[in-house]
Amino acid sequence: MSIINNINKVFDHRIRLGIMSVLMVNEYADFNTLKDLLGATDGNLASHTKALEKADYITVEKQFIGRKPNTRYATTKLGKTAFNKHIEALEKLINKQ
Amino acid sequence: MESKNYLNDISEIKQIMNKSSRFISLSGLSGVLAGIYAIIGAAIAYWLVMTYSNGTLMLDGYIYRLILLDLALIAIFSIITAVILTTRKAKKQDEKIWDGTSKRLVANFLIPLIVGGLYILIILNQQKYGQTGALMLIFYGLALINASKYSIGNIRYLGFIEIILGLICALFPGYGFWLWILGFGIMHIVYGTWMHFKYDKN
Repeated sequence: MSIINNINKVFDHRIRLGIMSVLMVNEYADFNTLKDLLGATDGNLASHTKALEKADYITVEKQFIGRKPNTRYATTKLGKTAFNKHIEALEKLINKQ
Repeated sequence: MESKNYLNDISEIKQIMNKSSRFISLSGLSGVLAGIYAIIGAAIAYWLVMTYSNGTLMLDGYIYRLILLDLALIAIFSIITAVILTTRKAKKQDEKIWDGTSKRLVANFLIPLIVGGLYILIILNQQKYGQTGALMLIFYGLALINASKYSIGNIRYLGFIEIILGLICALFPGYGFWLWILGFGIMHIVYGTWMHFKYDKN
């Protein structure tokens, strides 16, 4: 039961897992980098980042580089903890079978 | 069925973590060629010193300047080769050559290297030239270790080897020339070959 509890519904999607994976090992990543790495479309990526932002797992920082708008994402402490728990739960599930 | 999906998740997570933080398209072949350039360059330097200055080297002499040029050419040819072969490999693997990961790799590689290079130039100007070979090996080793966090992790072992050779070289400056050949020539060839067969052949 507790294992199932640790499987986090927020991470229950390929793109969301991907976003978190990138941000776990990088200080930050901008929108286009994420898009290239995950092979997602603009709209798709935007909706998933929004969901993660809503859960307070990532922070969004909008700025301008020259005249171009640039959106940067980073994980929060909460997001890192939640992601680690999720991975642990996945591994336990795999090992069980 | 469920379990298989989770396994996919985990392996995809690992893959994305690696891809987003490390630049792995370094070409092993460019290491081999850099080693060969180093040996050719060293042979030219050896020949210059033996033929034109009786086995001793005068600072600020003509031969000394030729040897500095020789060293610079080794470095330039090695860099050009590395850039060309790495670009080719990245293209083949459908990866970007100049993205966040490669920029970080280059920056972290260059920091110890430039500091070391400047330091060597400064002490050469103060007529302290006995440790040049040792310092080149040590700073190059540190640059490799620093860069290894952003590339194929095991170039750090090459870094350790270069540092150890550098320290031996500092203890026995008389063998500086041969340790330099071992570190920059032979180790590059050995390591590049190993990397080529481990990563490039697929």
